[in-house]
Amino acid sequence: MQSEKFLEVHNLKKSYSVSTGAFTKSNRRTVAVDNVSFALERGDTLGIVGESGCGKTTLARMILRLIEPDSGEILFRNQNWLRARGSDLRALRRTMQMIFQDPVASLNPRMKVGAIVGEPLAVHEPNLSRRDRRKRVAEILELVGLGLESLYRYPHEFSGGQRQRIGIARALILRPELVIGDEPVSALDVSVGAQILDLLAHLQREFSLTLILISHSLPVVAQLATRVAVMQKGRIVEIGSADEVLGAPQHPYTKALIAAVPQIPV
Amino acid sequence: MQIPASSCPAASYYVLMATRLDVRNLTVELPTQSGWVRPVNEVSFVLDEAETLGIVGESGSGKTMLSLALMGLEPPGARRKGQVWLHERDSAADKRGINVLAASPSEMRALRGREIAMIFQEPMTALNPVMRVGAQIEEAIRVHENRPNQNQIHSRAIQSLERAALSDPKLRARQYPHQLSGGLRQRVMIAMALAAGPGILIADEPSTALDVTVQKQILELLAKLRKELRLSLLFITHDLGVVAQVADRIIVMYAGRIVEEGPTMEVLRHPRHPYTEGLLRAAPHLERGKLVPIPGTVPALNALPSGCAFAPRCPYHVTECDAAVPDNRPADSNHRARCILVSCAQPMTMN
Repeated sequence: MQSEKFLEVHNLKKSYSVSTGAFTKSNRRTVAVDNVSFALERGDTLGIVGESGCGKTTLARMILRLIEPDSGEILFRNQNWLRARGSDLRALRRTMQMIFQDPVASLNPRMKVGAIVGEPLAVHEPNLSRRDRRKRVAEILELVGLGLESLYRYPHEFSGGQRQRIGIARALILRPELVIGDEPVSALDVSVGAQILDLLAHLQREFSLTLILISHSLPVVAQLATRVAVMQKGRIVEIGSADEVLGAPQHPYTKALIAAVPQIPV
Repeated sequence: MQIPASSCPAASYYVLMATRLDVRNLTVELPTQSGWVRPVNEVSFVLDEAETLGIVGESGSGKTMLSLALMGLEPPGARRKGQVWLHERDSAADKRGINVLAASPSEMRALRGREIAMIFQEPMTALNPVMRVGAQIEEAIRVHENRPNQNQIHSRAIQSLERAALSDPKLRARQYPHQLSGGLRQRVMIAMALAAGPGILIADEPSTALDVTVQKQILELLAKLRKELRLSLLFITHDLGVVAQVADRIIVMYAGRIVEEGPTMEVLRHPRHPYTEGLLRAAPHLERGKLVPIPGTVPALNALPSGCAFAPRCPYHVTECDAAVPDNRPADSNHRARCILVSCAQPMTMN
């Protein structure tokens, strides 16, 4: 197989106008993501770390085209992803999925888990029979560690960790190639967060996924990432292999972030 | 504070440090459809002057309910049992103090803020969005004054903002909460909590919602205030790294009970309860390493196992664990753990 860049992001930019009051218009703009470029190989796990407001979520959403960038380019498997329209767009979309931070807000409380997890199939594979769809849903639920009885239950009947598993099942049912996790464990307890990180590592091997893991927490990113990007004020200030960035940080901001992590004595 | 030993013959350790809060068998019961449940179950501890006690636990462990019960802010319908003795700062050491659980609502209002105050995880929801922060702090001072003097109260409010290390306190006092960043809001909360001069501060996850660099500043501020004001701090958190930085002693809670307690470094370096050990192994460190998750989930309070509540998730589980809830056994001179495996001073071997 010829080595292709899996994902390339070039000079991505997004700014928003600042509202200074309810009735005033202003020309001031705040830059959320400022000229961000990076490239990912297939199978990489990129950890994007930064404090609130640094633009990491905006960046993730632009990669998924949930937000349209002002300028820049995204190449996904050498295809220009920002120009994709119609059926091309739909075909590419199913290869990228997202796991959200808040497992309560991101699941429809009035749908049963079977329907939530099966919905992407209903959209992208409408010709699948009900039986086959049910079978695929059952398979994926088992993979994320949920029993079959969960098919007929509502999200509120599950704990936070289990709901995050439901979100992961929904993201993986289409067998995507790229999965973006936006703070996937920050709403969870330590012991449950560890279960979810463990599950993500396992599923990554199982599905040969490329992962982008967004977090404010360096220790969380350190568990899975092969590459780490540190963002500050919309820019990537440091990017490199996880060992380099965490072990021998170059940028003062990375050093400050690492120094601020409360360490457990050993 | 040095107290002559003769004034307190009952307990010799009073000589070293005055006790500010003495919690004995505190139980909180909540009514549910399937009967009463106990989010806090026979919790006892002592908080000394100028001491920081860390309470560690995951959601559902009862740590927040514990702090609300100490403040008399438990949800309506809840029942509290046991005793909570509060010793005022200037009270004689041999006085028994005030039993918070027996205090009337008006007595409780007088204690809250003046003797015991609380700060919360999310300062935005705890602050009034339509009131300038200065006015909110003044309010906290005014309720404890018999003859309020506006000028005096105003300057005390500015002072308390200054004490919480807010730059330009006069400007900050005129601002609304939404004009402040998360870190500044938490400083305002601290200023407000300490405005009426309480001796005990309960901090419920005060830094969890903040960025790490801001969290560091808030923790440093609390450490500084504790020293300057000889504040007793009850620090509630799920983060073992944070607790390692701030606490002298820690209590680990699981399903409403204390499962381990002892000096911070000793508990973190030589955990004696399997749950504490599991938490330490599940906590992400900066180095890439294999996390060992604790299997399973926290049991529901209405479906607790008959014996040790952690038994279904415990790697060291033996049949005796299911017989009865284990005692909180001494593992060392001031280190205790609620586990039947604790019988000698040797740390558990990890396998």
